[in-house]
Amino acid sequence: MSLVKNRVKFLCAALLVALSVFVLSGCGAKAPQKVTKAPTPKQVNMVLASTTSTQDSGLFDVLIPAFEKANPTIKVQVVAIGTGEAIQKGRDGDADCLLVHAKSDEEQFVKDGYADSRADVMYNQFVIVGPANDPAKIAGSKTAAEAFKKIADEKAKFVSRADDSGTNKKELKIWKAAGITPSGSWYKKSGQGMGETLKMVDELGAYTLTDQATYLVMEKEKAIESKVLFAGAPDLFNQYGVLVVKGAKQEAAAQTFHDWILSKEAQQTVIKNFGTADFGSPLFTPNAK
Amino acid sequence: MIDFAKFSIFTDAIKGGFGLLSSGVIDVWTIVLTSLKVSSLAVSIALLIGIPFGYYLGTRRSVSRTTALVIANAGMGLPPTVVGLFISMLLSRRGPLGDLGLLYSQTAMVIAQIVIAAPIVAAIVASGVSAVPAQLRLQVRSLGASRIQEAVLTLKESRMVLFAAVAAGFGSIISEVGAVQMVGGNLEGETRVMTTAIVQFTRMGNYPEAVALAIVLLAIIIAVNVFVTLGQTSSDRHTKAIN
Repeated sequence: MSLVKNRVKFLCAALLVALSVFVLSGCGAKAPQKVTKAPTPKQVNMVLASTTSTQDSGLFDVLIPAFEKANPTIKVQVVAIGTGEAIQKGRDGDADCLLVHAKSDEEQFVKDGYADSRADVMYNQFVIVGPANDPAKIAGSKTAAEAFKKIADEKAKFVSRADDSGTNKKELKIWKAAGITPSGSWYKKSGQGMGETLKMVDELGAYTLTDQATYLVMEKEKAIESKVLFAGAPDLFNQYGVLVVKGAKQEAAAQTFHDWILSKEAQQTVIKNFGTADFGSPLFTPNAK
Repeated sequence: MIDFAKFSIFTDAIKGGFGLLSSGVIDVWTIVLTSLKVSSLAVSIALLIGIPFGYYLGTRRSVSRTTALVIANAGMGLPPTVVGLFISMLLSRRGPLGDLGLLYSQTAMVIAQIVIAAPIVAAIVASGVSAVPAQLRLQVRSLGASRIQEAVLTLKESRMVLFAAVAAGFGSIISEVGAVQMVGGNLEGETRVMTTAIVQFTRMGNYPEAVALAIVLLAIIIAVNVFVTLGQTSSDRHTKAIN
């Protein structure tokens, strides 16, 4: 009886060994196959962390293909998140290149040794949108800070992204300039991207600060009915910068992208023309030096 | 390959998470309370809808009943994001119920969670009730019990399954993120719940806050399952005692 048991045990063990050898050899055999399959062995995947505005406006749909056409060995993987998250990704080494819009944070990033330099790429403007009847009467304000003050005085609903994004940072700066610490049930924090926040603003009949590009795209798609109620003030200027993350996995590719986006080709042909056909005027103004 | 030193990302976040919980940072608990409030209300209403419907499905024998059972079972696998999409459109200001102004409110979240949980409750109750011998029901009827008394007795017999229905319904909606994000909007102090906050904190790289909420969420799920298991084992003892 015990002999039979032992035999069964032995058989089980043998089967297990055979199975593991089979599995292991299977894995081993797969690896070289993959190498032979790859058509261009030198292709590198570069991670570009950027903001939702560049993605949602559709700029990347023309910018990335143009870059990849000029540099066929580099594939750009865009991670569109808020500026704060993008910079954090840079610090964590999860991104090779940053295209973001919060100049003081970018300069801090350089100061902390995560990048050698930052460069201006392009700008557009922030705008304040809200319900067409403008309950807080912000139209005609002199500065964005004055408009914000009127919203706070009226306790008109305002949705903040509250997500540490470039737009959120800009918004907080304007509140600070207005001398107001916004709080109360009229001041809502969505913790979401620009598109979702704009939809929320539309539904709630609230105000918000948004980059012009995202607003125009959503308005054109008839996703929202909110109107631009205040624009064009100097405190709504929105500068984008590019940074190569020092010591990143694909630093060389990131440097190539950095140089390309500052080149005449990218600046004058791609960025300057983007949006003209759809919106009648460019969404971003290139200003690389 | 694996840099073990970098596991500190976990230990740091867990330490920070427990720190946030014990220091009583009010923010975390507001989020937890919102979650519990919305999901409990939703599961209660889902039970009110799901139990009678499940009872009907489990006791009737007809073609329409089979069809309804298929629908309820399919409802168990209803993708929450699809529920989120339709409830969003329904409640949007441009939608048919737009005048109620419910989108991005707790009410909207409760509605979406009911739609997710009710089919789950119904399908589980149906399977439990159909396991109760039909002869038993015939017998009590012959002893003069009303339809309602018959239903109460049948449900009593299948109470183990009722526990499971509560747990499955509650568990599915308190851990759900897609639909509540879409119809609730993650508004701080209003519609921010554990799952939407975890997503946001993770996106922002605030791991300690995310982990604090993850700990509470896991604790709630475990507590619910302890409750169900205790309920089921006490039922077991009950059955054994009868036998």
